Amino acid sequence: MGKLNTVLCGIGLDNPVIPASGTFGYGYEFAELYDINLLGAFSCKGTTLEPRFGNPLPRIAEAPAGMLNAIGLQNPGMDKVLSQELPRLRQIYHKKILANVGGFSIEEYAECARRMEADELVGWLEINISCPNVHGGGMSFGTDPAQAAAVTKAVKAVTRKPVIMKLSPNVTDIVSIALACQEAGADGLSLINTLQGMRFDLRSRKPLIANTFGGLSGPALLPLALRMVYQVTRAVTIPVVGMGGVSTAEDVLEMLLAGACAVEVGAANLTDPWACEKIIRDLPGVLEKYGFSSVEEVREAAKHG
Amino acid sequence: MTGGLYRVLENRPLNRDMTLMRLEGDTSGLTHPGQFVNIRVPEKFLRRPISVCDWREGELTLVYRVVGAGTAALREMKPGAELDLLTGLGNGYTSGKSGPSPILLGGGAGIPPLLGLCRRLLAMGAAPKVLLGYRTGEDAYLAGDFEALGVPVRIATEDGSLGIQGRVTDLMDGLDYSFFYACGPEPMYRSIAKAAKAPGEYSFEARMGCGFGACMGCSCETLAGTKRICRDGPVMESGEIRWEN
Repeated sequence: MGKLNTVLCGIGLDNPVIPASGTFGYGYEFAELYDINLLGAFSCKGTTLEPRFGNPLPRIAEAPAGMLNAIGLQNPGMDKVLSQELPRLRQIYHKKILANVGGFSIEEYAECARRMEADELVGWLEINISCPNVHGGGMSFGTDPAQAAAVTKAVKAVTRKPVIMKLSPNVTDIVSIALACQEAGADGLSLINTLQGMRFDLRSRKPLIANTFGGLSGPALLPLALRMVYQVTRAVTIPVVGMGGVSTAEDVLEMLLAGACAVEVGAANLTDPWACEKIIRDLPGVLEKYGFSSVEEVREAAKHG
Repeated sequence: MTGGLYRVLENRPLNRDMTLMRLEGDTSGLTHPGQFVNIRVPEKFLRRPISVCDWREGELTLVYRVVGAGTAALREMKPGAELDLLTGLGNGYTSGKSGPSPILLGGGAGIPPLLGLCRRLLAMGAAPKVLLGYRTGEDAYLAGDFEALGVPVRIATEDGSLGIQGRVTDLMDGLDYSFFYACGPEPMYRSIAKAAKAPGEYSFEARMGCGFGACMGCSCETLAGTKRICRDGPVMESGEIRWEN
């Protein structure tokens, strides 16, 4: 194994760096800037069964050490993703993706997973039960252990691909949700999605985000994400993808020490489109600086930490 | 899109609202007037998108309005300081559609990108006319830069303190033109849409996350489908706008 190699649900990765869903589109914009095949993998824009325009503008606001977004799962819908986006992506990207899917009912999650099953580009299904920006779906499945388990079961029943449940930090006890997903058959977990927040426009005295609330992402989340990944990896036996505010190779190392087997990078891609390329380039030097010869060695250290 | 560090050559107020900044650095990413840059501002997470007023090889000019803490911090930058920019963002205006006699319609803070466009149109052999709208004569800026290019410039102010009293669309009365290029506030665009006798292009602005098409933070619905203002715009054709939005 190379210095940076890791494994996610039985599938080998050249390195642990994975752009997070919703911050990397379907990869094309970044493929103009660097070879996206140097990534460990990437998580595509969340797909729902039907096309969605998403929420009204403004959908974006500045936050201290981060940002709010309330995109609302804008996507072209499952038919177009399978018939247009993924075939186009296959021309430029030769590794596996995490197919991120959203839903508004347990049946919709299952149907999305079933439709994604046949596509060879899809290595893992990342089931978003944590979107804070849609009503009547998304996060409501990820804040209740029984609902989270029901989605997991329904998805597992229709796919042989590894199922990674993406968890919300907007809960009092993330470990109980994580355990419920594991018990229902999840192959892995990814956490954390954004933290629900809001801001006001002082001139209009109204919320800055048209949807009132948005999801907070960026460096502000890193300590919270590390704490949750640490708690969850100590409670479950399935692999965990850590994310939340990761912007540097040092942050990746912290996330690995917290117990993650791979790391998603989100908002950093938006403010520095070369962020993932830089992190991958910096990671060997950072490992060496802190006395590790490989990512595998960090993961071993984390198990005994 | 290209990215890198740019050195501030000059950063000076043009009037109480508008500031001109000249930057030295790689301009190879800029291909069309009306494109924008996204600037990393000290202490802020998100970059600030600002349209390019004009550029030549190795140097670009921005003229921006201070609207919040981010642009206020930008105004404080001193010559010699370095700024991290993504450049060549957005589609820009299609100068090729201009025909022989285009008009440029600029309102308030929207005027700057029309200067680079005007220069491009002149270089292509077109004969542009420039129509500018300000609130008052005190708010006027860049009008002299258009005049220096030798193009006719007509001005409207809301209070009549400079040029005619009225709005930029009042200056369109009686003019014959082959195409229009507009940059300004959206109410101005609605008036143009009613008055226009030829097709044209409008440039839109929005709060953006990334500025290069990844985050879907600035999507809008058009008659030609969902578009990202940052990537598929900011310039849109008059025929594709859904005005009810």
